Amino acid sequence: MKTSAPSLFSAALAIARKDLAAEFRSRELISAMLVFAMLVILIFNFALELDVGVRQSVTAGVLWTTFAFAGTLGLNRSMAVEKDRGCMDGLLLAPVDRSAIFFGKALSNLAFMLLVEAIVLPLYALLYNETRVFKLEFLGVLALGSIGYIAVGTLLSAMSAQTRTRDVLLPILLFPVAVPVLLASVKASGGIIAGLPFEEILVPLNLLIVYDVIFVAVSFMIFDFIVEE
Amino acid sequence: MQSKPIALTVLDVLSVIGIGAATYFALVFAPTEAVMGNVQRVFYFHVGTAWVGMVGFVLAAVAGVVFLITKDLKWDRLEFAAVEVSAMFFFITIALGSIWARPAWNTWWTWDPRLTTAAVTELVYIAYFMLRAGIEDPEKRARFGAVYALLGGLSAPVTFMVIRLFRTIHPVVIGNQSAAAQGGFDMESGMLIAMFVAIGAFTILFVDLIWHRVRLAKLEATVEEIKLKNSI
Repeated sequence: MKTSAPSLFSAALAIARKDLAAEFRSRELISAMLVFAMLVILIFNFALELDVGVRQSVTAGVLWTTFAFAGTLGLNRSMAVEKDRGCMDGLLLAPVDRSAIFFGKALSNLAFMLLVEAIVLPLYALLYNETRVFKLEFLGVLALGSIGYIAVGTLLSAMSAQTRTRDVLLPILLFPVAVPVLLASVKASGGIIAGLPFEEILVPLNLLIVYDVIFVAVSFMIFDFIVEE
Repeated sequence: MQSKPIALTVLDVLSVIGIGAATYFALVFAPTEAVMGNVQRVFYFHVGTAWVGMVGFVLAAVAGVVFLITKDLKWDRLEFAAVEVSAMFFFITIALGSIWARPAWNTWWTWDPRLTTAAVTELVYIAYFMLRAGIEDPEKRARFGAVYALLGGLSAPVTFMVIRLFRTIHPVVIGNQSAAAQGGFDMESGMLIAMFVAIGAFTILFVDLIWHRVRLAKLEATVEEIKLKNSI
């Protein structure tokens, strides 16, 4: 019988699988994120009068704002569950590298966010007759942006869950730090929708990739300091 | 209670003299700019405060990393002092820039990339204070503060990079500037001297204030300890 500690990769996958299994049984997180996302789009609809002319220039912004807001909802919940029921202590006791916990939580958070995006995008395309959001480049930018946002978001949600103000604090901590990722994503995806030449999209795209790498690497390295007791 | 070190008193005097000198150099010594006139003189203090603002945020990030490695609370006090002093200086930078922008750009504020990132940087450090306020355990507060100062320090370089990546109307006085920049000027030697005097003066003031703040933080920690002892 094998008794050695599991590798980082398999431990992270196990944690992500646990989150996904719990979510598929309760469906409370995904449904909340989805309804919330649709409400945000609805509010944008009459706040910005999303007619044909306006839509062209604001689609990227509206979608990213929606995903960022829905993302904080999911991040808050996924860490609060661990904290409230004392699961975090159990996870910390497990004989695995602490970074595996970070990667596991980040993976499941990313899965939730991508799932919400996968449902909201077709709905948005249908409601506003905007098929350009299905361009391959657009989807790529969406994935890259979500990775950076979730990486730093997972780290900060682990932090805010341990403070007195909890849920209120996460967006305040997360939004200003995530600005480089959000800014680059909006610029790049807005450029793709407007059909700009690739060279012009390359500048924000490079910024996005650089910050993805930085945020994933740094969050991975300093997660240990957040959870140590 | 430790007595005030002599070096600190010297630094106090030096910073008063330095700010006085910088004021003289900015308002009297430097030649009047041909196009913008006297309002350009705000520039010297704008650069001086921006410089110490940025240095302080980098210093805070470095002190945060050192704290995470050594677990010595004195680095946490340095980090907190650096953020607090720099946040104030950075706010002054934005306010001074705004005063200059009114006549130069005909608006107090515009959502230019440079200005936006400056506002974001300021918000990061306001969030830093809110984070610390929400944690009671001093050790955990220090740990989380260090992590957040490090993350904030990573987003600060964008402020510098962004003017070279995106088109901005904010002038770059040193190095090449964007073709869209408005209100730039070529510096004469008198202006250059005034700028470096301002940078030097604010650097001295910055070190002085941080030193005071670190001493204050040490007293705060002592008070907290005494309170805790009496309550038991």
